[in-house]
Parts: sequence; C-alpha cells; structure tokens
Amino acid sequence: MSISLALVLEQTLNGLQYGVMLFLMAAGLTLVFGIMNLVNLAHGSLYMVGAYLATAFTERTGSFVLGVALALPATLLVGVLVEVVALRTLYERDHLDQVLATFGLILFFNELIAIVWGRAAIFTSVPQFLSGHFRVLPGLPYPTYRAAIILVGLAVAILLWVLVTHTRLGMRIRAGASNRTMIAALGVDIRFLYTLVFGLGAALAGLAGAMAGPLYSVQPGMGEAILIQVFVVIVIGGIGSIRGAIVGAIVVGMADTLGRAFLKPMLATVISPPAADKAGPALASMSIYLLMAAVLFFRPEGLFPARSRS
Amino acid sequence: MRTTIRAFLVGLLVALAAAPASAQTVKIGFITTLSGPQGIIGEHMKNSVELALDHLGRKVGGLDVEVIYGDDQVKPDVGKQLADEMLKKHKVHFVSGVIWSNVMLAVAPTVTGAGTFMIGTNAGPHELAGKMCHELFFTTSWQNDQTPEAMGKYMQDQNIIDVYAMAPNYAAGKDMVQGFKRYFKNKIVGEVYTQLGQQDYQAEISQLRAANPKAVFVFYPGGMGIQFLKQYAQAGLRGQIPLYSVYTVDEISLPAVKEAALGQFETRYWSADLKNEANQKYVAEFRKKYGKAPVFYGAQSYDGIMLIDSAVRAVKGDLTNKKGMIAAMRQVDYKSTRGPYKYNVNHFPIENFYLLKAVQDPSGELVMQIQRTVFEGHKDSYAGECPMKW
Repeated sequence: MSISLALVLEQTLNGLQYGVMLFLMAAGLTLVFGIMNLVNLAHGSLYMVGAYLATAFTERTGSFVLGVALALPATLLVGVLVEVVALRTLYERDHLDQVLATFGLILFFNELIAIVWGRAAIFTSVPQFLSGHFRVLPGLPYPTYRAAIILVGLAVAILLWVLVTHTRLGMRIRAGASNRTMIAALGVDIRFLYTLVFGLGAALAGLAGAMAGPLYSVQPGMGEAILIQVFVVIVIGGIGSIRGAIVGAIVVGMADTLGRAFLKPMLATVISPPAADKAGPALASMSIYLLMAAVLFFRPEGLFPARSRS
Repeated sequence: MRTTIRAFLVGLLVALAAAPASAQTVKIGFITTLSGPQGIIGEHMKNSVELALDHLGRKVGGLDVEVIYGDDQVKPDVGKQLADEMLKKHKVHFVSGVIWSNVMLAVAPTVTGAGTFMIGTNAGPHELAGKMCHELFFTTSWQNDQTPEAMGKYMQDQNIIDVYAMAPNYAAGKDMVQGFKRYFKNKIVGEVYTQLGQQDYQAEISQLRAANPKAVFVFYPGGMGIQFLKQYAQAGLRGQIPLYSVYTVDEISLPAVKEAALGQFETRYWSADLKNEANQKYVAEFRKKYGKAPVFYGAQSYDGIMLIDSAVRAVKGDLTNKKGMIAAMRQVDYKSTRGPYKYNVNHFPIENFYLLKAVQDPSGELVMQIQRTVFEGHKDSYAGECPMKW
C-alpha cells in the first residue's frame, strides 16, 4: 500500500482529534493530581457520566447543543458532589488509599449507570448539522463532526490557558500546584479552591464524554478504556501542568494514530511483509508506552513539569 | 440446659451444612462476562440459562439443580480462577458458558484436566477442535472458523474480486480471518488486526478508504461492532463499499446501531426466524420474560443446559457415570433451537449455516432474517487433527 500525502494529512487530523479528546480528560486529571496530590482513578467515570447526561438531555430537549450545554453544569455538579462527599477525606491519606477508594468509585458509578440506563450500549447519532463531510483538500473528505471536536478542543485549550495564566483564579491554581502549603498559609481558602478545580476537571471530562457519545457507544465502563491513555498523557506532559497536558495529549494522540496507520507499511519496507503483519500491530499498541518510557528516562518530571513542587 | 442447647445448635449446623451434599443436586458452574461493556452478552446468556431451567421445571435430568454464575471480565486469568473455585469450592459437575476464545483456552483444559465436563456455549478456538480436543469437552456453538467460512463461500460465489479484512487481535480474530480465507480465494487487499476492545476505528477506516477495496469483511463482536458500524457509516463508506460481517450485526447491536446496519449481511448457524418447535418456544418465551429479542449467544446457552439435561437423564441421575454421559451427549438427544444436528469426532457440531440479512419487520423492529442456506451439515476443518476415537 502506498502512502499518499492526502492519507498522511487525514491521519494527522485523526491524531489531532484523538489528542484533543485526551487533552479534555487530561486537563482535569493533571490539575487534581498537581494541586490536591490526589490520584483520581474515577476521572473516567465522570467522562461516562457526561456522556450519559448529554444523551439524556439531548433526548429530552431534541437538541444536541442544548444537551451538551446542560450536561456540562450537571457533570460539574456531580464532580463537586463526589469531591465533597467522598474525596475530601482522602487528601491526607497516601496514594494507595486514594487508588483503592477511587477504584471503588469506578465500580459504584458503573453499577449505578447500569441500574439507571441498563447495560446495553446506547446509540446517539451525530446531530444533523454536523453530519456529513467537508473537503479539507480536493479528494480528502473529513467527517464534519470530528473536525468540530478538534475546534472545540482547541478552543477549550485556549480558554483554559487564559484562565490559568491571566486570571486571579488561575494564579491561585498555579500557586496551588507549586506549593499548596504556602498558598494555604497565605489565607487562600484552599478547600474551596479544591472543590472548584475538581468541578472544573469534572466538567471538562464530561465535555469529552458528551462529544464522544455519538462517535463511540455510550455504555457502562466506557471511561476506563480512555483513562489509561490519559494517565500516559499526564506522565509525558508533566504532572500539574496544563501546558504539559496539551503537548502530551497531542503527542500521544499522534503517536497512537500514526503508529496504527503507518507502522505496518513502514516496517514492511524493512523486514518481510508477513513479519511486519505480526510486528506492526504489536508495536503500534505499544508505541505510546514506549514513548512514555523514553520520556521517563530522559525527563523523569515530564516534558513541562509544574515549577518547584513541594 | 445451656450445653444441651449449644449441642443441639451445633448439631443443627452440621446437619444444615451436610444436607446439600447428601441430596443429589446437579451443580453447574456458568462462566460468562457480566460486567463492563461486554456484560450485555453475559446477561443474554444468563437469562437463557434461567429460561432453560424454567422450561425444565427447575430440574436437570430429574435432579435438583444449582447454577453458580461467574464473571470472567473478558480476562483469561480471571476465567481460570473462577473455574478453579467452581471445581474446588463448589465441586461442580459441569462448567459451562465462556464467550471469549482466549478465556476458553485457559478455562477448558483446567476443567477437563480435573475430570469435569466442560460444555462450551460460545467460544470455539481451533486448538480445542484439533490437537487439544477432549472427551469431556462439548460445545453447543461452533468452531470459530465455520461461520466466516460460510461468509467466505458466499462472497466467493458472488465473485467479489477483492476484499479488505479486519478483526480484533486475539485468538478468535485470527481464526475468523483464517476461516474466511479458506473459502474466499480471490484477492485479500488488506488484513488488519486492531486491539481487542478498541473504541475508535477512524485511523483504520482512513487506511481502508485509501485501499479502496470492492468489499470489506469484519469480525467485531459485542461493543466493538457497535462502534465500528457507527464509525463506518459516519465515514460515509456504507453506501460506497459493501460491508460483510460475522458476529457483528446481531440482536444485541441492532437496537443500538439501527439504520447503520440495515441491509447488512451476516452468516450464522441460528436465527430467531428458524422454524422449529424448540426455537419458536425459546424465542417467544424469551421475548415474553425479558421483553427483548434473543440472540444466538442465548440460544447456545439454552441448548447447553438442555444438552446437560439430556446427559443426566440418560444415566438416570448417576453423575459418576461419565462414560454414559459422554455417550449420551454424542447422540444429541435433545431438541436444539437450531434444529437437529450431529457431533463430529471432536465434539463440535456438524450443522447448517445460513446467510442472514438485517431487515425491518412490519412492526418497525430491525431483525435478522434468513436469506438462504450457505452450508448444509458443515464440518469444521480441524476434526482431522483430533486423536479422539468414538
């Protein structure tokens, strides 16, 4: 199979689309980890909650945009609730306890969703105005909906960047990520800040879930499939850093997509095609982990670590 | 007084503990996937087992029955642990179920190695049909290759000149493409294996579009199929490149993908519209009890309980008579939902395979409908490697 330029461009767009989805998830997770020092395995559950709420609201209102718009504050609320009820008690505990408790939350949410909506996957279709294709270049159609995800993701990234670097709240968030004891000593209500950051992260995960709904199937356990890659993203990007989350997400999205697409044909030019058939998919599924291992070796703090963590 | 009461209580406890052991109870361990995205398949299987027990008056071969369900989480190691627990702790007489071939390859040797019956009701990896065949292993489903062989034959008969094949990268995925290629002799322009449980197929679909084949053959069971079919339609390929599949479009995925699967072809050994007494009863009562259409995973599991029932009945409840039960099961002395079938020397069915199409029935529901018979009395390709003699 020859590799044409149009195909490379299309796969790059696919990689970018996957990357921004990962970013929406990673942004919340990295802030929670960086500021609160909390390992939150249940972040994927908020992605699932977002997807289900968006589906339910879309069905009620008949409008996809309205459905997603309603799902965001609703997921934020769920996030705040989880933080206040369950996670507050965990900040002082060690990471193993947090892993155990948040893993419990995963099971809780999966079962809850199965009770409310059933185990069967729910189908949501792409909204009418975003279905179909548009031509990026002559001979290169691209699904409009996936292009819209890229745009929304990039817009959120810019907004978040402005929020974190140019507002008072952002300053506190950055300060919290750098040294949470000091910011508490300076009289900032750190509890409120924690709740706010967690809610914000939940809403972003909910947005990712809501947009993923029409692409994948909305079903219990859908969050775990993406969570592992998100952890890879924040390890590569550097814990606690929004900039690291953006770069890490794009890098992982690209590496995974391009690896799946081109590793096999590229290997086939070096080794025998049957061997490439075997090695290609195996290497492609390892690519992001190899990348993570390399980053950990050369820059153990990640590409863009939050400055001077305590 | 106090000691008497205590002694009495202890005696009662001992009696209670001993009671189930003395009464003859058939114990069946049923392993399937009950949690996570693939849990929907397990739900259908479990419901069908319960329906079979209802139809048998909650008795198997005239004896009381206890079914212990286990959730393998699509993990071979978990499946093996469950099998060990069922064998050692519950001392089951039969282990049944198992959806996934990689789980089956871990479970079946554990069970048969312990001298217990393994009645598979879905996975049919080629190893168990060939060299690893065992007299205590029976299946009510098929050998993995058989269904794609039927699709390969149909597509060859249609004289489609080139095909792009896709499947998840695990034991059954390889078997499926292998079986397809056994009967499809025209050109395979691409053979792509994706990760088991993958969600996004856009990268592979872009590659597929670039390869521009005449047709696509896929195997994407459960949740994977739902995602693949949606994304295939979203990429605008549904009208362009015809898609043929096995175990992808079924009564589980149809309600979810709806129009994205309308007109889709599948091959299968069973369909809800098969006209035989056992099947019509199964389909009607399943719909009545659970309010949805049954799927082949369920039909096989229903058959599994019926097969066990026939074996226990043949030996008049003497569960130690394994030779007698093996001989009974080889006769297929029960009314299967697929109609009559025979067992090959490796205890895999010799059965018909049909071409099915997803159509809209008068009530508006999407259903699978038989179009024609592709194979009659089709044998699997590995029985020759099985050293077992009857």
